[in-house]
Amino acid sequence: MPPLLLEARGLRRSYGAAVALEALDLAILPGEFFALLGGSGSGKSTLLRLIAGLEAPDGGTLLLEGRDITRDPPWARPVHMMFQSYALFPHMSVAENIGYGLRRAGVAKAEQARRVAEVLALVKLEGFAARRPHQISGGQKQRVALARSLVMRPKLLLLDEPLAALDAGLREQTGFELRALQRATGAAFVMVTHDQGEALALADRVAVLEGGRLMQVGSPEAVYARPSSAFVARFLGAANIVEAACLSLAAAEPGAAAYALRPERIRLTPGGEAIGANAAIGQVREAAFRGDATLFVVALDGGGELRVMVPADDPMPAMGERVALAWDPDDLVPLAA
Amino acid sequence: MWRGVLVLGLGFLWVPVLLLVGFAFSADRIPFQWGGFSLHWFAALATNERLVEAAWLSLRVASGSATLATLIGGVAGFALARWGAFAGRGLFGALIGAPLVLPEVVTALAMLLLFVTLEAAIGWPAGRGALTILLAHATLGAAYVAVVVQARLAGTERVLEEAAMDLGAGPLATFRTITLPLMAPALAAGWLLAFTLSFDDLVIASFVSGPAGTTLPVLVFSALRLGLTPEINALGAVILALAGLCVALAALLLRARWLEGGGEGG
Amino acid sequence: MRRVLVLLPAWAWLLAFVAAPAVILLGIAFGTGAEGVPPFRWPFGPGLAWQGSFGNLATLIQDEFYRDSLWRAALLAGSTAVLTLLLGFPMAFAIARARRGWRVPLLALVLLPFWTGFLLRMGAFIGLLRDQGLVNAALLGLGLIEEPLTLLYTEGAMLAGMVHAYLPFAVLPLYATLSRLDPVLEQAAADLGATPATVFWTVTLPLALPGVVAASLLVFIPAAGEFVIPELLGPSDALPVGRVLWQEFFSNRDWPMAAALAVALLALLIVPIRLFQRAS
Repeated sequence: MPPLLLEARGLRRSYGAAVALEALDLAILPGEFFALLGGSGSGKSTLLRLIAGLEAPDGGTLLLEGRDITRDPPWARPVHMMFQSYALFPHMSVAENIGYGLRRAGVAKAEQARRVAEVLALVKLEGFAARRPHQISGGQKQRVALARSLVMRPKLLLLDEPLAALDAGLREQTGFELRALQRATGAAFVMVTHDQGEALALADRVAVLEGGRLMQVGSPEAVYARPSSAFVARFLGAANIVEAACLSLAAAEPGAAAYALRPERIRLTPGGEAIGANAAIGQVREAAFRGDATLFVVALDGGGELRVMVPADDPMPAMGERVALAWDPDDLVPLAA
Repeated sequence: MWRGVLVLGLGFLWVPVLLLVGFAFSADRIPFQWGGFSLHWFAALATNERLVEAAWLSLRVASGSATLATLIGGVAGFALARWGAFAGRGLFGALIGAPLVLPEVVTALAMLLLFVTLEAAIGWPAGRGALTILLAHATLGAAYVAVVVQARLAGTERVLEEAAMDLGAGPLATFRTITLPLMAPALAAGWLLAFTLSFDDLVIASFVSGPAGTTLPVLVFSALRLGLTPEINALGAVILALAGLCVALAALLLRARWLEGGGEGG
Repeated sequence: MRRVLVLLPAWAWLLAFVAAPAVILLGIAFGTGAEGVPPFRWPFGPGLAWQGSFGNLATLIQDEFYRDSLWRAALLAGSTAVLTLLLGFPMAFAIARARRGWRVPLLALVLLPFWTGFLLRMGAFIGLLRDQGLVNAALLGLGLIEEPLTLLYTEGAMLAGMVHAYLPFAVLPLYATLSRLDPVLEQAAADLGATPATVFWTVTLPLALPGVVAASLLVFIPAAGEFVIPELLGPSDALPVGRVLWQEFFSNRDWPMAAALAVALLALLIVPIRLFQRAS
């Protein structure tokens, strides 16, 4: 077990009657890319602001490399944040924005210039030092905001929805760049996002938050393949939640009331009959073309419906056609209530 | 720290006003000296004929000039906000806005010289009094109304008017059914502002009025030069009460509309 | 053109009541005084024969009394602008950062005195500051002084009245700018290591600068022509140009001199006015 970089113990925060965080425990390892995944109101942004020191918790402690920083003001924390709106100072040039924190820390002029140039090269904005924020594109603003935090060489960088303000086309590429920067700098990144695809693609570990509580923490593969609750299963993608009472199931781990069943795990054959457990028949009601696959919604004869993903190379059923569905016992992931 | 200064500043603004009102209920002859509770000075106010006459004149001039100002300023603000670069726009904008940026004494003197010159040349306006004050105040008020209307229309989407036209409304129908309702709050606010400016104005009224045009501020000013009287306190209390009533009424009206869900785009 | 017809009355009004008075004012500044009604002669006689004079303008430039009145007006307006900013900025900032439901009522509290009668508020200052006034009574009652202080008819009383009258004009544009300022920028600065004081000097104030400029001009321009407050609260020798103009007009009945003073005041204000128009 490597030493912890950041540890939150019993962190609580409420706004009036609304509870944003409920006795939350969390550990961040040095140099990892950590994603906080949750919907709006899940408490993910509050957690980030508490770590940055922009808000004070009602209770609990925050330890940075074992040192208690709970009461430290934001300007005294060696933790830096990239804001969702980027928060670039409109009255300063790109270089002045990036050098802001260095000036506050009293870094010598020559050293400032050197580090600003270095980080500008890192984010590939060499020619833009003299521009004002309103003179550059959205993607460039994002990289300036990132550079402004990275120039401080934080051990822990917080990113609030770093890709949300970008065009869809830019998002994937920027995500890979983020990953590369994280590896190059060796800093731990804690990213808040509501986009499960983003979290699964970029992070070493993912935490799913709901209602101010941590629902599950683990590697993207583990969280995706083995969701611990119906909420996580639903949140991480279009998983089917099947209840043992409604279908004849033969799970590898029997006994749970409900199981998650991923659409890509279900085999679909036109016509046919359902035979025994782990099978069902129904009628195709909707189809959504997804490029590499097509998602079908099948209305089951016994009531309810299942989503089924059919790879592009397989034969496709027609709309309204009767189909048979089947799956393996291993694919039924038991869910906590 | 910021809040401390806010409290201090609000105190500085309000303490003199509240003391003025409080001592209106004092029986003492000397203003700002407590001599027991009394409504005596309100009665004195009501029976002071010169004062009642001046208040009546101020009220008529203020409502008349505010109405004129709303008509002129409303049209001007609309044209500036919606007509783009019409012929003479630069000069038009400079003229409508000029009273906003000129010190009162300059506007007042220029207005007086105009009226004197006009009377010598064409015999109108004959003499100086309510009419000349009204004309001068309407010019000042129109500047404020134009700014308020222009700001309001700049904040609302042109696309609403385009949608109306797309749905078959001609320019006039569009103006009547879309633009005018959008402008209405600004027109009301502008009217109130113009009314207040007129009702409160001493400098312009002093210059452009003759002996026949003693408005309330002119009367109060000549009284204050001689010294404070308890009647001034009572007058202050009455005006504050009326202003408070107006604000409460406006707030109630706004809230009622808000509760009806009458929120408009903009 | 329907548009021309719609604007015709407004054009006529503005040419008659804004453009014409300005031209006449400028003309009469070059006129000469005369016995009778009205008490002046136009600079152009019948057949446009020149009968005017540059005497008024020459007097303005040469006579120390008039030069001094312009200087005093600038000084009064400048100190009023600085004082209202010092008080108004923190007030506007506190309102902009107050809770959502509090902002409008607080702003109303700042603006409402505007509707309570300017002269009556000045009357309240007289009641507070004169020798037998409330302030002296309170200080005597507390035993802090033994003789009443002379508070009324001083520079201090005049400045207090000026700040009282012009404070709402400063708070409004400052609030407009500060309420648009995104607090996230200040948080970002704090996150990068700036202490609250540094955040204020490097982020808040530079971004509020347009509001500060607008507020100071909005106070300076009308304050430079102020007559009532120096007259009612100031010392008798405090004679800014507004008061001198008033005397020339009402006491000396020297209308051409009053017009010349108005033109001089405008010349003094032309730069601030242009700045204000560009800012808004």
